[in-house]
Amino acid sequence: MTTRTTTTTRNAASDTPSTAITDEAAPTPASTSVSVTDSIPTSPTDADAGTGTGTGTAADTSTGTGPAAAPAPPAPVATEADGAEAVETKADSRRFRRSPRPRRRGLAPGKRLPASRLIGPALFLALWAVASAAGQLDPGAIPAPWTVLRTTGHLWTDGTLPTDVLTSLERAGYGFGFGLTAGVVLALASGLSRVGEALIDGTVQLNRAIPTLGLIPLFILWLGIGETFKIAIIAIVVYIPIYLNLHSALSGIDHRYVELAEVQGLSRLRFVREIVIPGALPGFFVGLRLGVTASWLSLVVLEQINATSGLGYMMFQAQNYGRTDIILVGLLIYGIFGLVSDSAVRLIERKVLSWRRTLSS
Amino acid sequence: MATHTQQLTRSHTVRLRGLTRSFEGRTVLDGIDLDLPAGQFTALLGHSGSGKSTLLRAIAGLDHGVAGSGRLTAPDRVSVVFQDSRLLPWRRVLDNVLLGTDGREAAEKGRSALAEVGLAGRERAWPNELSGGEAQRAALARSLVREPELLLADEPFGALDALTRIRMHVLLRELWERHRPSVLLVTHDVDEAIVLADRVLVLDHGRIGLDLAIDRPHPRSYRDPLLGEYRDRLLNALGVTEDVTGPAEASERGGTAAHPAAEPDRATAQPAAGPGGTANDVAAGPDGTAVGVAGHDVSAHRKEKHP
Repeated sequence: MTTRTTTTTRNAASDTPSTAITDEAAPTPASTSVSVTDSIPTSPTDADAGTGTGTGTAADTSTGTGPAAAPAPPAPVATEADGAEAVETKADSRRFRRSPRPRRRGLAPGKRLPASRLIGPALFLALWAVASAAGQLDPGAIPAPWTVLRTTGHLWTDGTLPTDVLTSLERAGYGFGFGLTAGVVLALASGLSRVGEALIDGTVQLNRAIPTLGLIPLFILWLGIGETFKIAIIAIVVYIPIYLNLHSALSGIDHRYVELAEVQGLSRLRFVREIVIPGALPGFFVGLRLGVTASWLSLVVLEQINATSGLGYMMFQAQNYGRTDIILVGLLIYGIFGLVSDSAVRLIERKVLSWRRTLSS
Repeated sequence: MATHTQQLTRSHTVRLRGLTRSFEGRTVLDGIDLDLPAGQFTALLGHSGSGKSTLLRAIAGLDHGVAGSGRLTAPDRVSVVFQDSRLLPWRRVLDNVLLGTDGREAAEKGRSALAEVGLAGRERAWPNELSGGEAQRAALARSLVREPELLLADEPFGALDALTRIRMHVLLRELWERHRPSVLLVTHDVDEAIVLADRVLVLDHGRIGLDLAIDRPHPRSYRDPLLGEYRDRLLNALGVTEDVTGPAEASERGGTAAHPAAEPDRATAQPAAGPGGTANDVAAGPDGTAVGVAGHDVSAHRKEKHP
């Protein structure tokens, strides 16, 4: 677009610096001088051949943007119309070759690229490798990918890494399991009965307003500095998004379906099982994905503050010895865990909610 | 105001005595006495806001918490077809049809009901793969599986296009003839009521304003001149006259406005549709039901509904 305007300007403006097309383009043209007469003869024919609207808009813009172009007003009009006309015929011929009728492009994003989720990370990795190989990165601050890989190998073979990974996985797994159970049970109790809602919902909202990581000191005093408090904190961080999303999905069940269930003579149990719960599943999965991510997030924090093993502890120790490569190993593993667990939830979601036809399908 | 107590008792016929319902002090149903004999096909007409749906929901037992009084008896097995198909998107079509039933026998019934409404082979489809007409057929199949003694239909074709509507009319009448439930069809379409029902009620200010038996053989054609008389009487009862457009009363009541607007249209459309326009030929059902007039009527309604 901009290139077209500039060329037009160069053609049109011979000696006057101000042109009719764009004000920004005005200072540039002084260098080239093309005779105005060159473009004038072609203009009427082209304008005539062009569509009425095309010439109309061209004329409008020329008068609108550059009122100072008194000396040669017809030239820019002509060239602009010329350009527009050329573009239009080109587009038309291309459209005609494809199908007899011009078809509008759909608004859906279209087919997904193969392995699209991996393209971004792969590109990032490639950039990192190239920059390291070219010596652009300080190896003390950002070690090369192969250094990180080698360190991973060392840590794995000497046995520290497997222990740390297992410890972290165990914490995250327990925390997530308890959080998931608590979130689902509380949401069901509060979403399916008014008494439950009165007892639970306000309490959870209150709990939600307290930053969970702020509970750490209290929990250490209550539960000791061992595993229990870590799992408890992770569980709290996980249960909140699961509860909130499942509860709102359960209580937001479409009233029309309630009527339908009454008409079809469903018992309360069947109503819950066949209508309320399947209807709430999309909301539940939103909560589940948030919960999975939250479990990893809180794990990092917990393991870097109060731990004697685990990935976070490993990274914390590495910081003391200035081993950025080990820190990167830890980050990488956290990242992979997060990605894998999120993909797993997505996969389950796609299987369970196969009835949904969305943009991504 | 206290909500109405449980006045529902069971019988094969529908019997209403002094049925009253009101919303926030506004009386919607004002002491309705009505009997619907077993197996009768009845249509209920009225302006929007006249209480048609309230009456239907009262008979269906769906109006919990609504203030009212009166006695109501209804059959045991009642099915309701809503204006939207109300299929559960997470259940396949057959499972939707089987909602609330149990066992192998029911599954067989569900299959045959789907076949009856012309959806054989679509048992495993998801509801969002169906067209509007297909979804409404599935909803009809769902209501049939329960072998209802009373079928309540709340503007079941209101959201369908004119051609699909005609096909659904034919289908509904066929199903009724085969299964013989009592039918109460709530509609705002006078022609739909006349063509389908053997008795048409007009609800006016919370009372039955007109109770008209339509004594014409089936299948009926929209062009039957004798039906025109019924139409005139019904429109009259609805406060619409053929030649006078836009009485003050009509614009007051909102819903009435549809009819005066529709009338001039029909007057011009009728002669035009007679000489066999193409639309007529295409849409004429197997029983020769004419479409031209109905199509016009429908479009007139549409115009009014979505200004």
